Amino acid sequence: MSDSTLKGENVHLWRGERHVLRGVHFSVSAGQCLQLTGPNGAGKTTLLRTVCCLSYPEEGRISWRGADVRADLPAFHAQLAYLGHEPPLKMELTARENLQYWVGVRRRLSQAAVDASLDRVGATRWADRPVRTLSAGQKRRAALAGLTLMRVPLWLLDEPTTNLDTEGQRLVGRLIDEHLAEGGLAIAAVHHELTVSAQGLRRLELQL
Amino acid sequence: MNEIAAQAPTEPLLMSQSRHAPSSLAVARLMLLRDLKLASRKASQLVQPLAFFAIVITLFPLAVTPELPKLRHIAPGVVWAAALLSSLLALEFLFRDDAQDGTLEQYALSGRSLTGLLVAKTAAHWLLTGLPLALMAPLAGAALGIPNAALPGVLASVTVGTVTLSLIGAVGAALTLGVRRAGALLSLLTLPLEIPVLIFGARAMKLAIAAQPYGAPLTLLAGLAVLGVTLAPLAVSAAVRINLE
Repeated sequence: MSDSTLKGENVHLWRGERHVLRGVHFSVSAGQCLQLTGPNGAGKTTLLRTVCCLSYPEEGRISWRGADVRADLPAFHAQLAYLGHEPPLKMELTARENLQYWVGVRRRLSQAAVDASLDRVGATRWADRPVRTLSAGQKRRAALAGLTLMRVPLWLLDEPTTNLDTEGQRLVGRLIDEHLAEGGLAIAAVHHELTVSAQGLRRLELQL
Repeated sequence: MNEIAAQAPTEPLLMSQSRHAPSSLAVARLMLLRDLKLASRKASQLVQPLAFFAIVITLFPLAVTPELPKLRHIAPGVVWAAALLSSLLALEFLFRDDAQDGTLEQYALSGRSLTGLLVAKTAAHWLLTGLPLALMAPLAGAALGIPNAALPGVLASVTVGTVTLSLIGAVGAALTLGVRRAGALLSLLTLPLEIPVLIFGARAMKLAIAAQPYGAPLTLLAGLAVLGVTLAPLAVSAAVRINLE
C-alpha cells in the first residue's frame, strides 16, 4: 500500500459566476493536520466538500495514495469521515442511538466501543437523553464521539470547535493529536487556531 | 460482537474497506429499525395522512349522497383519489429531515451504495405509510358500501398500488429537496405520474365490487410496482446527489 497522502492539485471550482476555488494546492500526509483558514466566504467549506467529492471541481484533481479519488469513490469514502457545520444527529434519538445508526452503517459496532467513544468526549452522563434536549456544545461532542468511533484515517472537519467550551476546544485538539499519532490525517477549517501540537500542523490560507 | 469489544479502546485505524463493514442486509435492517424508532417518537407524522384519508372518504357520503348503491358506484374512485392525496401528504417527511440535519450527506459519504441506502429508506417509508393506508382502505370501503366479499380485492389493489406511489413519491421528494415549501411542486410532479396507478387500482376495485375476476388490473399494478422498483432508486439517488452538491 502506498503512502497515505491526500493531495489536491490546481483545484478550481465555480459557483455560478463566482470563482470560489482558484487553483488550490495542498498535500497532507499521515501524521499531519492541515488547518484551513481564511475569511468567511473564502471557500473553506467548499474545499472540504470538494475533497470529499460532494462537489466536483471544474479543474484539477484530488488524489489519495497516488490515485484519483474519483476512480473508486466508495473505497475513498470508506476511509474518510466528514463533519459538517451541523452535527448529523436525529433530534428524536438519544446520543447513543444516533451513534449506533450513523456509524453502524459504516462498520459493525460493539457496545463497548460506543461506550468508550462517549466516555472520551465526556458524554456518559447525557448519552441517553434525546438529542433535542442537549445544548449545541453537547451535540458537537456527540458528533465528535461518532468521528472517533469511525476509526478511519482521514478526517475532514468543518469548524470542529464551534459551540464548544474551552475544555471542549482542547478536547478537539487532543483528539486530532491522538489521531495523527496513530497515523491518521486531518483537514480542519477553522476560525480559531487549533490546539494541536506543532510538528504535525500545516497551514493553508484561502483568500477571498 | 465480543471480539471487537475486547479490543475496542486500542483498535487500529481501518485502512481499507474491511471485514468490519456490516453486510448490506445488516445495513438495510439498521435503516429500517432507525426509521421505525424515529416514527414511534413522532407518531403524529404518521397519523396525519391516515386521518386525512379517513376525512376525505367521509366527505363523499356527506357531499354526494348517503344512498349506498350510488356510493358503491363511486367508491373505487373515491378510495383511490383519497389514497393518492394522502400518500402525497406523507411524502414531505421522507427525505426532508435527513437533508436538513446532514444525514443524507453522511449516507453519501459512507462508502456504501447511496442507492441501496435510499431504497431501504423508501421501503421503511412504505411500511410506515403505504401499508397502514392499505390496511385502512377496506374500512373506508365498507363505509362506502363496498360488500364484504370485495374487501380482499380492495386491500390487494391498495397494497400493491401504494408500493408504486411510495417509489414515484420518493423520486419527487428527492427532486424537490432543495425547494422551500415543496408541497405544491411535489404534487405537480408526482400526481401525473401516478395516474396509471389510479386507473388500474380503481379498475381492480370496481371488478372486485362487481364480483368479477380482478387479476388482470392487479397484475398490471404489480407490473408498475416492478417497474418502479427497478427504475425509481436510480432516479432517487441521482436526485439526492444533485441536491447535495
